[in-house]
Parts: sequence; structure tokens; C-alpha cells
Amino acid sequence: MFGHHYLKNTTTLQYDPKKCTGCMMCTLVCPHAVFRMEGKKAMIQAKDACIECGACALNCAYGAITVRSGVGCSAGIIKGYLSGQEPTCDCACPAEKKKSSCC
Amino acid sequence: MAETYIVNTQETPAGIVPQITTDLRMSDYEGTFKARFNISRMDYKLAPRLYAVNQPDANSVVLVSANYKMSFDYLRKELKKIKAWILVLDTKGINVWCAAGKGTFGTQEIIRRIQETRLAQIVKHRRLIVPQLGAPGVAAHEVKKASGFSVTYGPVRAQDLPAFLRAGMKTTEAMRRVQFTLFDRMVLIPVEVIGHLKYVLWGLVYFALVSGFAPGVFSWEKVLFGSSIAAVFLFSGLIAGTVLLPVLLPFIPGPAFAWKGALLGLGVFALLQWLLAGIFTSTMLSILGWALIVVSLASFSGMNFTGTSTYTSLSGVLKEMKIALPLQIGGFSLGVILWTISSFI
Ligand code: SF4
Ligand code: SF4
Repeated sequence: MFGHHYLKNTTTLQYDPKKCTGCMMCTLVCPHAVFRMEGKKAMIQAKDACIECGACALNCAYGAITVRSGVGCSAGIIKGYLSGQEPTCDCACPAEKKKSSCC
Repeated sequence: MAETYIVNTQETPAGIVPQITTDLRMSDYEGTFKARFNISRMDYKLAPRLYAVNQPDANSVVLVSANYKMSFDYLRKELKKIKAWILVLDTKGINVWCAAGKGTFGTQEIIRRIQETRLAQIVKHRRLIVPQLGAPGVAAHEVKKASGFSVTYGPVRAQDLPAFLRAGMKTTEAMRRVQFTLFDRMVLIPVEVIGHLKYVLWGLVYFALVSGFAPGVFSWEKVLFGSSIAAVFLFSGLIAGTVLLPVLLPFIPGPAFAWKGALLGLGVFALLQWLLAGIFTSTMLSILGWALIVVSLASFSGMNFTGTSTYTSLSGVLKEMKIALPLQIGGFSLGVILWTISSFI
């Protein structure tokens, strides 16, 4: 029951197994183990854990994955909204100067 | 910033490369401390270029990093006995993860930096080790196509690098997972608090002024009394959202951060009300006003922890904001109005 779980059924992640060649790249780049290999194909095993970072889509050389990537940061979204731009992590986000546990 | 980490130089077929130490000094820790507390955030950068660790040779590994000093420190201190080249990209002084999200830690920058440092003349192999958290900005196959260097994604945490190298450059499942431990969350608290402090201070000015004038004639005594009470409530809302929320995060029911913050705000408010009840009496109206203010503040500042956490998504945050933001703004405004009315009657 306890642990980090975010909102369900929100991710824009889309995967087309027909295009998958089984290169395993998506399983290697995903920070939340959303993908798993099953035989010669990747499969989505934990869709709700996806943070839409875009790593899998960018690193799938065969175009099997799409996702609207962005930052899950309310301050960045507010700032983007006020300045009429895409949500970014620019300076509104204190995180970018200090997150180190993950770098 | 003094480049105290450079201890020597090393000749290579492509010119002289600075050698760096794997030991962190007092000044390195001091810099980390300042960055965490938001003191002198500027210029916590280093020059984007190639660095040598432990006199590497043409067969040594190439590790890619960001030109954010804290990322660089975390990396080099793990390389005690490892010969390596560190290719530092220009990420404008921003850590790997955030820079990858923006694309400054990205495919083009890697390709450019390989050319500029003439890396192909320095090492015989054609392999780069890129931290996995850089992957949202890097298309491994594109780097390979343009530069001939293949990208191997290394562990999320630099401390796993030695084990990763020993295992023949393979990450384990655990090495690939992003965590969000209590310690990870605690070190982020100072910046969260400081980041929201200015809103609270502005609010305080309003409460102090109104308290001074209402009801009747202005007095400094009333300013002092009114602003003390306001400070207690405002700071408790702030602490609920920026200190309690990070610490208790996985134990607060409900997935939405705005909701978690509101719950904590309500809890803290109830506690305060109980503690303060004996000290002074207040009207129903002002209690209601403060409750709305504290809960909205805790909810808003707690919601902003989404940006710092490691498991939220853009779509998820948008969804929660669409509901929460109007409630937070409405709740806060209504709270201020109720309190203002209560102080004039
Ligand atoms: S990266 Fe693409 S091709 Fe490779 S396993 Fe994943 S989905 Fe399949
Ligand atoms: S977008 Fe990121 S979190 Fe989501 S599946 Fe792809 S790599 Fe994993």
C-alpha cells in the first residue's frame, strides 16, 4: 500500500509491437522498468509507472514507441503557462540546481 | 570558481588534457552545501572538455557527464582506482537528468564534444558510457551514426559505476531504477522551503497591515500581535507542504501531491488550533479563514514537490493541476477575505 504511486491511466505512452525488433534498448533506458522483454519482443509491464521522460521513444531506433515527453513539474507548467511557452523545468524549478541523487 | 580538482596535465595525441583528483576537498563539500541551500547558485559549473582520471590510456573507458559541479563531484569520487576519461558536456551548469529533459545533455552536444576534443585520436575503442538518466536527451543510434561511437548506458547512480565496469559494462535491474529514498527527499527540503518563502513573507506584510488598522485606530501592538499569529499559520502551511510532505511522501494516502499537501495542511491546522485554543480566542469566521489559507498553502507548496520528485509525469501533473489549482487559488482568496472581514467585526 505504501510506496511511490502516481496517478493511474494518464501516460501518453504508446507501443507498437509490430515494429519491435527486440533490441532491448527500451528496457535499458527506462528508469521505472516500464518495459520487459518477453521472448523476442518488448512488452509493457508497468504502464502506470511511466513518467513520460521520453528515453524509450528516443532510443528506439525502429520507431516502435511514442510518448509526449515533458517534465512532471507543476511550477514549470505554471511558468510555461504564464509565459505562453511549453512547460519547462527552467529556473521556476528549483530541482534542476540540486538534484544529484539521480545524476 | 577555482579549479581545485585539476591536479596535473596529461599529454595525448590530441593535445594536453587536465588530470583531476578523485578526492573531494573541503571546498567541494562547501560548494555542494551552498548549492543545496540555494546560496550562490550561479556558476556552479566547470569547463566542458575532456578530463583525465588516474592517467588513462588509449584503452580506458570514456564516461560522459554534465558540467554541473555536483554531478561531476559525485562521479569522480567513485573513480578511486579507475582509469578513465571524462567527457564533460556543456549543459549550462545543469545536472544530467534535467539537462537531458531539455536536450542540452543530448545527441548533438555529444557529437560536437567528440569532435572538439578529438576523442577519436585519444582512444582506440569507440564506446561512450552515458549515464542512463541522460537517455531522455540522447538517441544512442544517432550518436553512433554521426560519430562512430556507440553509447552504452551506465547506472543511474555514480556509486554503482565500479560494479558496472567490473560486470563488463552491464547494468543490473537495480542499477537502472530511479529511487526516491528518505535521504533523497530530505536533502531537497531546504530549497523547497526557501523557494516558497517569499510568498509567505509577502502574505505576512498584508496580514500585518490589516491587523494594525483593524478594527479602529492603528497601533504597533496590534501589528505585532496580528503578524505573529499570521506567521504561525502561514509557516505551518509552508512546513506542511515543503517539509512534512517530502518526509512522509509514501505514507500519505492518495496519489495526487496537491491532495497529500491539503491533508497535511488540515492536520497541521487542527493541531495548531488545539494548541492555540487556550492562548487566545478567535471567531468562527477567522478560524475558517485560517483553515482555508493553511490548507491551500500546504496544497500548493506540496503540489510543487511534483517537480522535484522522481516519479511524476507531465500528463499526471496536468491532470491534478486542472482540479487543484483553481481550488487552491479560490480557497486561499476566500480565506483571506473571511479573515479580513473577521478582523473588522
Ligand atoms: S527499443 Fe524498440 S525495437 Fe528495441 S526492444 Fe524496445 S520497442 Fe523493441
Ligand atoms: S517515457 Fe520514460 S518512464 Fe515512460 S516508459 Fe519510456 S523510458 Fe520509461
